[in-house]
Amino acid sequence: MKKITRRSILTAAPGAIALVALPARAEKQYGPGVTDAEIKIGNTNFYSGPASSYGVIGKTETAFFNMLNEQGGVNGRKITFISYDDAYTPPKTVEQTRKLVESDGVFLIFNSLGTPTNTAVQKYLNQKQVPQLFVGTGATKWGDPKHFPWTIGWQPNYQSEGRIYATYILEQRAESKIAVLYQNDDYGKDYVKGLKDGLGNKAKSMIVAEAPYETTDPTVDSQVVNLKASGADIFYDIAIPKFAAQAIRKTVEIGWKPLHILNSVSNSVGGVLQPAGLDNSKDILSTFYLKDPTDPGWKDDKGYKDWVAFMDKYYPEGDKTNGFTVYAYTIPQTLVQVLKQCGDDLTRENVMKEAANLHDLEPPMLLPGIRVNTSPTDFFPVKQMQMGRFNGERWELFGPIITGEVHD
Amino acid sequence: MTVPPRDTVALAGASPRVLVIAKPSTRQVIIAAAIVAALVIPFVLKSFFVFQLTLVMVYGLAILGLNLLTGFNGQFSLGHSAFYGIGAYTAAILMEQLDLAYYWTLPCAGAVCFVVGFLFGLPALRLQGLYLALATFALATAMPQILKFQPLEPLTGGVQGIVILKPDPPPGVPLDPDQWLYFFTLAVLLMMFASAANLMKSRTGRAIMAIRDHPIAAATMGINTALYKTLTFGVSAFYTGVAGALGAIAIQFVAPDSFTFLLSVSLLVGLVVGGVGSIPGSLFGGVFVLFVPNIAERVSTGLAGAIYGIILLLVIYVMPSGAAGFVRFAAARLQSKGKPR
Repeated sequence: MKKITRRSILTAAPGAIALVALPARAEKQYGPGVTDAEIKIGNTNFYSGPASSYGVIGKTETAFFNMLNEQGGVNGRKITFISYDDAYTPPKTVEQTRKLVESDGVFLIFNSLGTPTNTAVQKYLNQKQVPQLFVGTGATKWGDPKHFPWTIGWQPNYQSEGRIYATYILEQRAESKIAVLYQNDDYGKDYVKGLKDGLGNKAKSMIVAEAPYETTDPTVDSQVVNLKASGADIFYDIAIPKFAAQAIRKTVEIGWKPLHILNSVSNSVGGVLQPAGLDNSKDILSTFYLKDPTDPGWKDDKGYKDWVAFMDKYYPEGDKTNGFTVYAYTIPQTLVQVLKQCGDDLTRENVMKEAANLHDLEPPMLLPGIRVNTSPTDFFPVKQMQMGRFNGERWELFGPIITGEVHD
Repeated sequence: MTVPPRDTVALAGASPRVLVIAKPSTRQVIIAAAIVAALVIPFVLKSFFVFQLTLVMVYGLAILGLNLLTGFNGQFSLGHSAFYGIGAYTAAILMEQLDLAYYWTLPCAGAVCFVVGFLFGLPALRLQGLYLALATFALATAMPQILKFQPLEPLTGGVQGIVILKPDPPPGVPLDPDQWLYFFTLAVLLMMFASAANLMKSRTGRAIMAIRDHPIAAATMGINTALYKTLTFGVSAFYTGVAGALGAIAIQFVAPDSFTFLLSVSLLVGLVVGGVGSIPGSLFGGVFVLFVPNIAERVSTGLAGAIYGIILLLVIYVMPSGAAGFVRFAAARLQSKGKPR
């Protein structure tokens, strides 16, 4: 009989492993940061600095994962959520993200916030082949699987939204003239591009005036006056809250009564419409994809009630009128679905595969009918929105769920 | 009249010459030991930490720039984030648009900043103390907006910023990119720290400090105060600009939001904590700027700002003249032990 030595075990080992591994191949495969009991997930957010009001998102997500872990985690694995502060400064994001990947050894980066901050680490993460999942920004560049296969967006991007308005205009007011006010940066230009792409060859004849503004301008009054002079009967208003409120006031002041389309960045009742005057804001149109927590219409909705229960138990100090908490409650649900689909094959490659393989997911705090869908060529998970009209008190949703896909 | 070379250093108020014991002074031994340690570190630590140390050196260099102006010349600046940003953007634009090698961007960034700093120093001549602080503050707040300015967008990339490639080590050098960048930065740092030390030991350096200590007396001695002040502004901007270029190469990305007024404040904090008017102290400042916010965050995410404030207060309380002053004080205490008073 052959004697069993250490060496014979070693030589036999590869064969034995292959034997065991063949059936087990689909079962347990772990990337960095994953064990039988834990999945480490990294994130950067703005907890300090000028944009720290967004920190609520990170805090809500931390609370969400606490809840998830108490309920048993994902497929028996607890989520360790490590969220660092980058104070909205790109150099700090690079440092913190490298710390997450190289020192903490996280499995993936999830919902890090901000456009310049995510841009700063996009190349690094793609080089290192670390998933940059569901980034927290509405810029359109995140859905580019050809060049950045490890980066995927989440929320409806600005161009999609622009297309939704274009669809609406073509269906309802095909003979109208459009005046455009936009912020002179990538955010404003994305919206204008979406509108023009959506209008197609009618864009040239329908858009009669465009007025950019700089964030350094004190007001947009003169722009609004010029737009009125163009004789347009649709006002496409792409401004951040402060300027949106000014524009709403000014149109009423100078007696201009166009169909006012307001970008979703500024459709907060408390932040924009109240300062502009609720009466002045009547009949403005905008789009939505999340349930508005201040809308009394949802009070008997199961998703809403679950969200309130979550807030009460896991984030009692959080502000329930703040839409960020709804956003930050919904986006981790998408991550959980991806991890569930991965099963025990928790490699970074497989995570990206499953993130691009979501079908008709309906997180409860998205508006009814809006579904999360992705494919290997579609890295825009939420593309649908619903339009709403302001009735002087609150937004009334109307019409179908509209899809505004982006085609480059 | 001949002045023994050693005494000149005492003028800087920074050098513990009193401590000279043996032939190679303690100071030289310490510096040599520090350099040896700096050479070994990248081989024993994780590459992420090596990257952090590279950033420490970058901030240390930027703080040294501020130190030359504020610590040695007595001119106050809240605008060094602007010089840092100009340096970073110069490097990024040269690499992106002209495909210039990264090492050539450093002198270019320095030169551009020197000119800008010199020109800014001219009107600054008429401003003193708080008024100068205010004028430089304006420079700092204007910089991010200038970088976003529409007509400059083809060059600066607007709000999107510029992504640049990380330099690879030259072929045949068995280092990873992080280690290579660390050594590259270390070499630049040593060179620039040595020249700063030499500059301050020279006749020019004495003139610069004399202006700080007593401008009227300095002028009476025949020092062209206007020229020296503007030149110091230029040199200070040169240092900070080179740091900015190194920072851009290390981070591989520049965006307007990286160079806000808050960066100026960080540099100022680093300056005070490290030691106003101390050349090695600037490195302590870099360590503080980079690591203390991380420590504060580890203590409490929600209260990171408050914890940072408390640490800063404690540091200022324990080391009122900065890290450099503290080291000097501690060394003096050790030295005097055992000796009859």
